[in-house]
Formats: sequence, structure tokens, C-alpha cells
Amino acid sequence: MSTGATKSIDTGRQPGTPTAASAKARGFVAPPKLRRPRHLGWLVMTLYLIFLLLPIYWLVNMSFKTNVEITNTFSLWPNDPTLRNYRVIFTDPSWYGGYINSITYVVMNTVISIAVALPAAYAFSRYRFLGDKHLFFWLLTNRMAPPAVFALPFFQLYSAFGLIDTHIAVALAHCLFNVPLAVWILEGFMSGVPREIDETAYIDGYSFPRFFVKIFMPLIASGIGVTAFFCFMFSWVELLLARTLTTTAAKPIAAIMTRTVSASGLDWGVLAAAGVLTIIPGALVIWFVRNYIAKGFALGRV
Amino acid sequence: MDRPTNQKAWFLVLPVLLLVAFSAVIPLMTVVNYSVQDTFGNNEFFWAGTAWFEEILHSQRFHEALARNLIFSAIILAIQIPLGIVVALSMPRKGIGVSICLVLMALPLLIPWNVVGTIWQVFGRVDIGLLGHTLEAIGIDYNYVRDPLDAWFTIILMDVWHWTSLVALLCYAGLVSIPEAYYQAARIDGASRWAVFRYIQLPKMNRVLLIAVLLRFMDSFMIYTEPFVVTGGGPGNSTTFLSIDLVKMAVGQFDLGPAAAMSIVYFLVVLLFSWIFYTVMTNFERGGQ
Repeated sequence: MSTGATKSIDTGRQPGTPTAASAKARGFVAPPKLRRPRHLGWLVMTLYLIFLLLPIYWLVNMSFKTNVEITNTFSLWPNDPTLRNYRVIFTDPSWYGGYINSITYVVMNTVISIAVALPAAYAFSRYRFLGDKHLFFWLLTNRMAPPAVFALPFFQLYSAFGLIDTHIAVALAHCLFNVPLAVWILEGFMSGVPREIDETAYIDGYSFPRFFVKIFMPLIASGIGVTAFFCFMFSWVELLLARTLTTTAAKPIAAIMTRTVSASGLDWGVLAAAGVLTIIPGALVIWFVRNYIAKGFALGRV
Repeated sequence: MDRPTNQKAWFLVLPVLLLVAFSAVIPLMTVVNYSVQDTFGNNEFFWAGTAWFEEILHSQRFHEALARNLIFSAIILAIQIPLGIVVALSMPRKGIGVSICLVLMALPLLIPWNVVGTIWQVFGRVDIGLLGHTLEAIGIDYNYVRDPLDAWFTIILMDVWHWTSLVALLCYAGLVSIPEAYYQAARIDGASRWAVFRYIQLPKMNRVLLIAVLLRFMDSFMIYTEPFVVTGGGPGNSTTFLSIDLVKMAVGQFDLGPAAAMSIVYFLVVLLFSWIFYTVMTNFERGGQ
């Protein structure tokens, strides 16, 4: 493979016509390889992936060690692997309750975001209406709003409604950035569906709701899946608002981690195990959306 | 590509409008409210006019936090954008390697932000962390709890670890959209590797790169959780960025007036950049069709 690439560079460096003709002729047979020594690319990629995985490996490594081993010996892998840290988490309700809380509000937020974003995204992708551009921009500003600005006013707003320490409060608060995100991503996917489909359906006598659910939603099913993933993800990784709005009953796992660590005299093993368990949900579904990650982060605009 | 005008579309947007109004407009009005009033407790408020804004805009503390944040964002962009491009160029184009790279690269993006902080807090510790221990073993005096420079180094390394993949993934999405014929034409013309990058790949990545720059700028401009977990804003105030300072002021000291005024200044800056972001996105869309 590397010799092929070098050869193509050699031929490419000579601007004579015979070479060009042969290159063109070869181009029809097989697409030419990228014009650079591939082993350099492999080296960069490998180094980068090692850089990414080392800190994660270190966390996994720690989660299988006892606290004595963590603090007293420095070893690259657990000498005496133990599942004790994970057992602590799965047997103590104050730990695994955090996961249930997190997943509850994240799922609520995903459902709400997608439910309100679907019709709005359809309106933006299909129609022109008064103030549509301004509205679209205003949605974006909410995605870009610093959560720190909203932490205190949210606390007061949800206190006034008596919603503090409920899952729905966090779910609604995360709508601040997830609804705009969902509208933008869905609009990107919907614009890829030709409008003739809508028109044909109306001619066939479909009402709007029936057309939307029966015909349109299956067409953008992958888009809905990707959007759900991104709503899930951004709600899952956010902590500042989630921590501000909860005290005990709805406290997310990430916040329980910080608190328990400071209270119980640094139980490194359990902390590491809890961290590893927060990585798993993302890692499980990432395979299915791997080709859409860039599109999601760019708000449906790649 | 012209869309028909239909004012009834407003009904479809209405749920979003109500929801976002509830979660964005009402809280923002609260902030505006506080920013022009003073209180001596007991829920008694007095009109303070623009006093808080003047105080904030002239306060050294705000200037320092703003300067720190701008320097941080600049360093982040200077490292992550070139590195992201290099990584994107190095990615394999076909086969199972593509999927493996995509999944592994996206992994840091899906970790809760305070777990990211925790990972690096542990990783950088001299006694139990791989990074800190290694640095110490090769004779570098490294301690991110005491030394401001080391704290900055740790936080920047953490952010590079956390977000470079985003830049790389966006660039990769731009690269794979280049038709093979472009490369063939370049080869016929005998273009060098650098010329291919400069005149084919870079122009095609223009749009995604702009998106990457703006996203990375905005997100690093409002970073809170990760540095807070690692350093808590210290040592001293050396890693206190705008968000950390704001939360300290609002929740820690309960200085509602100045905190609200600062929020508004902060929000206006972000608004300005959102507008640039929006213009870039929509202009490119129109140009692309």
C-alpha cells in the first residue's frame, strides 16, 4: 500500500504529458490512492488515539484497584483486580439512585425536545413566514448561552413553581440548549427530503397530522434517531444546571460523585468506578451515530 | 429551493416558542431586573440604574477574568484547529479503520464534563496519576495545585484532549465530501502535496473550519465545569474564567446586582459571536446551493 502511494507521488511530480495520460488511464481502472506516505498518517493517528485513551485507561485501571493499591503502589495495571468498587455502587441506593435520576431527566428532556422540535423544524424547512429568520437566530443564541448566566435565575424560577429537586425541572432547564439543537439538526435532515413528497401526499388526501406521522416521520427516522442521541448526550454531560436545581431526590450521578468524594475522605476506587459507569451509556450508542457526529455538533449544517 | 410563504406555520413553531420563552426569556428578565436594582435584604429593592454596569465594566476583577478567558480561548484555538486538521488528514478513508477511529475519537465528547475534570484531576496528580507521576519521574517539578503555570498546562491539555476530536470530525466531514476527480486533476497537473492541501483540501474545509472555530471559541468562552473540578479556579485566581467568576459572585457571595450586570455583559458578547456564527452558516448555505 505504501509503495503504491510513493509511486503515485513520483509519477505526479513529472508534469509531462505521457505520465498524465497514463495517470488518467489508471484513474479509470481504480481510484488513485491519496498522495502521501500512508505510514505517517498511521503514526499520527495512533499517537493521537493513544493520547485520547490513556486518561480513560487510567480511570478504568483505578476502578479495579483497591484504595490501598491506588495510594501506596504505582502500577500500570491492577495487581490484585477487585470488583469491590463496582459492588459498592450497585448495592448502595444513594449511588445507583444517581444513575436512575440522571437517566430519568435525560429521557424526559429528549422526549420533550423532540416532540416540540419536530413540527417547528418542519415549519422552518418548508415554509417562509413572518420573522422566521429572526426566530431561527434567536433559537441559536439559546444554544450558545452560557449556563452560568442561567443558573441563578433558573433556581429562582423553579423555586417559584415549587419544582426544585424534581426531574422535570432539570429536563425543562436542559430544553434551553437542547430544543434549539433539535430544531437545527432536524431542519437539516428535513431539508434533504424533496417537497414533492408532501405535495403528492396532500393530493392523495392525507391530512397534515396523518401525513406527518405516517409518511414524513418514517422518512426522517434516522434524523430523529441522531437528534435523540444528541439531546441525550448534551443533557447527560451537563452538570452546572442539573446540580443547581437538585438537592437530593433528583440529584444526578455526576453531582453525587463530587459530593461523596469530598465527604468520605476520597474513596478513589469508587470514584473511578462511578466515572467509568458514566462513560458507558455514550460508548454503547456511539457506534450507531458515528457517521452523523460531525453533523450533530455543527447543528445539522455539514 | 424557494419555500412558499405560509403564516400558519407559526402554529407549528408555537410549542417551541412557548417552551423556550419559559426557559430563556423569563430567567433573562429576572437577570435584567436584578442588574438595575439594589437590595438591602428583606426583599426590598431600589432602583440603581446603570450603577452595577459601571461597576462591572470598571472592575479589575472582571477585566482579569475576561483577559484570562480570552487568552485561554486563543490558546485553545491555536492548538486545536491545526491539530484537528492534521488528525483529520491522517484518518483512514475506507475500511473498518474509519469506524474504529470515529468511535474512539468521539469517546471523550460523550463523557460528562465533571467526569472529564475528575479524570484529569486524577491523571495529573503526582502521587497517583500517570501524567503527574511520569513528569516527576523524568525530573520535572510539576504540581497543578500549587503552580499557576502547571494548572494552565493541565487545563489546556485537558481541553485539547476533550475537544480536538470535534475539530477533527468536522474537518473529516469536509474532506470526504471532496470528489475523487479533484485529486485526479491535481495529479495530472503534477501538484505537490502542499498544493493539494492549500488549493483543494483547505478551500473545501473552509466552511466546516469556520464552524469549528466558532464552536470552539464559544464553548471555551463559557467553560465552567471542567476547570472548576480540576483547580476550582485556583491556585489563587489564576484559572478563574468568566463563568467560574460569575458563579462565585452569584451563588457564593450572593452579590445579585453585579452578578446580573456581569451576566448581561457576558451574554451580549456571546450574542455578538452567535450572530457571526449564524451569518457564516447561512451565507455558506446560500453559496453552496
